[in-house]
Amino acid sequence: MSAQLEIAADESLEAFRRSTHAWLEANCPPEMREPVVEDADVCWGGRRFHFKNQAQRIWLERMAQRGWTVPEWPKQYGGGELSKEAGRVLREEMAQLHCRAPLTSFGISMLGPALLKYGNEAQQQEHIPKIVRGEIRWCQGYSEPGAGSDLASLKTRAEDRGDHYLVNGSKIWTSYGDKADWIFCLVRTDFSGKKQDGISFLLFDMESPGVTTRPIRLISGYSPFTQTFFDNVKVPKDNLLGELNKGWTIAKYLLTHERSMIGGMGLELRSNGSQSLGQLAVKTIGLSSGRLAESALRTDIARYEMDAQAFALTMARVAAEAKAGNETGAMSSMLKYYGTELNKRRAELTMSVGGTDSLKFGDEGEAAPMWLRTRANSIEGGTSEVQLNIIAKNVLRLPGN
Amino acid sequence: MSSLVLNDDQSMFRDAVKRFAVERMPVSQMRKLRDSNDPVGFSRDVWKEMAGMGWAGVLVPQEFGGVGFGYMGAGLIAEEIGRNLSATPLLSSAVLGVTALLEGGSDAHKQELLGEIASGALLLALATDERGRHAPYSVATRATGAAGEFKLNGNKSHVLDGHVADRLIVSARTSNDVESRDGITLFLVDPQAAGVTVARTSIVDSRNAAAVELHDVIVSSDDIVGCLDKGSSVLDAVLDAGRVVLAAELLGIAQEAFERTLTYLREREQFGVKIGSFQALQHRAAHLFCEIELTRSVVVRALQALDATQANASTLVCLAKARASEVARLATNEAVQMHGGIGMTDDFDIGFFMKRARAAAETFGDAYYHTDRFAQLSGY
Repeated sequence: MSAQLEIAADESLEAFRRSTHAWLEANCPPEMREPVVEDADVCWGGRRFHFKNQAQRIWLERMAQRGWTVPEWPKQYGGGELSKEAGRVLREEMAQLHCRAPLTSFGISMLGPALLKYGNEAQQQEHIPKIVRGEIRWCQGYSEPGAGSDLASLKTRAEDRGDHYLVNGSKIWTSYGDKADWIFCLVRTDFSGKKQDGISFLLFDMESPGVTTRPIRLISGYSPFTQTFFDNVKVPKDNLLGELNKGWTIAKYLLTHERSMIGGMGLELRSNGSQSLGQLAVKTIGLSSGRLAESALRTDIARYEMDAQAFALTMARVAAEAKAGNETGAMSSMLKYYGTELNKRRAELTMSVGGTDSLKFGDEGEAAPMWLRTRANSIEGGTSEVQLNIIAKNVLRLPGN
Repeated sequence: MSSLVLNDDQSMFRDAVKRFAVERMPVSQMRKLRDSNDPVGFSRDVWKEMAGMGWAGVLVPQEFGGVGFGYMGAGLIAEEIGRNLSATPLLSSAVLGVTALLEGGSDAHKQELLGEIASGALLLALATDERGRHAPYSVATRATGAAGEFKLNGNKSHVLDGHVADRLIVSARTSNDVESRDGITLFLVDPQAAGVTVARTSIVDSRNAAAVELHDVIVSSDDIVGCLDKGSSVLDAVLDAGRVVLAAELLGIAQEAFERTLTYLREREQFGVKIGSFQALQHRAAHLFCEIELTRSVVVRALQALDATQANASTLVCLAKARASEVARLATNEAVQMHGGIGMTDDFDIGFFMKRARAAAETFGDAYYHTDRFAQLSGY
């Protein structure tokens, strides 16, 4: 009986695969099947987004129409409402045809899941369809100058002024804060008790009077982050997500998603470049009696490649565990910790393989900005040390201080 | 590609092995065997019981009287053996011996031996190593002769369970240079035959190894496993089987040493607090947790790859053996260090894990050997 059901499900999945393949073939513009080479190739959406070309706009519209910018989200908010299996089939077919992601956004990867879990009906109706269609670009207001690893000590305050909250303070490390339309923001609404218990989760428009941003220039030369200032910003009370003073729970839920994303980011990066580090080294340094000519570097490259392969297999295993219905929430810290440390190792080895050639900076530089950028991987989204703390406490159940 | 998560059958099988290992071959049994200077080095009764459940024939196909659970099955047994430091001839006989016969044995060999191995009545051992650092093709033992008859001369070391084996599989050079992969032939040798001397070697993990001396030992072409001069293709498969099963055992050792250490960190008090509350120890434990989890993924994948005879199986075996050797080294060293003084005492079991981890790592290539081999297989 159950075997028959499975076969039936398999058959309909195969039919879905065929129709999806045909639809993608017919609807994904050729330009959207080229590899992503620069930031402008990534479609972030939003009120002020400049499409690089018509194809990028069309691709977003067509996919959003079907809800396939967020294949598994519910139909009533514009999602595709696909089963996990069908979602996987869609991704596999997209990968096979080299289709780019139609939309990349923090609305999809971070806020959306939290809205679906903690938002009320009105909030979901208001915000989710705009995320699905890429109309509103969101940013995250978490870290503050005085609250980094110790995020819960944040001081940006929201005072109850009857029909609205009055927000004052500042956030730092706001990714694309100068390009975002709305912010999801942790604010303090109670100073009296335990620091985690006085935090609330607010959503507001970045065009609200009193919001300003200032880009932060990084060691890599890039400025993807801003410091964001709030000076008497009025936020309607309807924009509180979840309960008052219960924002920490939402914040943690959302961080779990962010961690998996950052941990996995390197994997994409590593598999995207079809060339392994070993192959790059052979091309650059050459072989001597069949072995990479520099033996100490060869050993480190082999160790990196082995660890990277073990990590990729572990990502696959965790995904399979999740599919089998086993608990994997605690694994996100492991993936974040190990994945980002691997990223850093790869970038350092890439620098070593290139030697002085890899030092180029400015327009021609590739390896050096990447090397510098990856330094942040083990800091953003919770430092490696914080991840180890979480593993020790939540997974290994070691005693607290 | 199979899922990296155990299916229901595999989970049930693992649970059965787990229960058996804890009840019938725990660490205390290994200690007893050591302290009594047991001449066999494992319990023949326990091996009979294991054979009764099909585990001695885990790799033997059903047509020859085994259960045919493949390397995945062997790996699941080996992991529990690692957790309990159980002394059994699983590796020597049921894995190395059986793989050699499956890969290179004649029909007559298979008919005669496989069923006997699966029933636990017969033990095989692989006599191939001649030097300490693993170098599989460094074979100086010679087989000379003509007209279907050979004379074997040479010395073999680190022959696992060699002193109790009923048959030896011996690698010998029939042509080419001492270091060459070509020109090696495998022979089935009766240890009772004239000219064979077997001497047990005492090694650090209190397990079984022997030195084998061959002096004008007569064998015939009927005793060849595989083909003349082409024994390396069988030997490679046998060694990969041994490596992946050792990797599974090392995973079990690392996991058990780690769990025992966690228990100690939660209980032991110094400076008025549990030592597990110290961040210096927490971070090391958390890092080790990640390393062990990554090792589990590669061991499972390598076992699957061998079962599926995948083209990249050898690369995955390298990855598994290198990583498992290194992580078991780390886990057992951290275990002794975090246990402090008591970890250095013979009365306490944790040191046994470190000793066995070292012996299993050195057998058939350690992390250095397999890192080098991984790079070579990857084209650099």
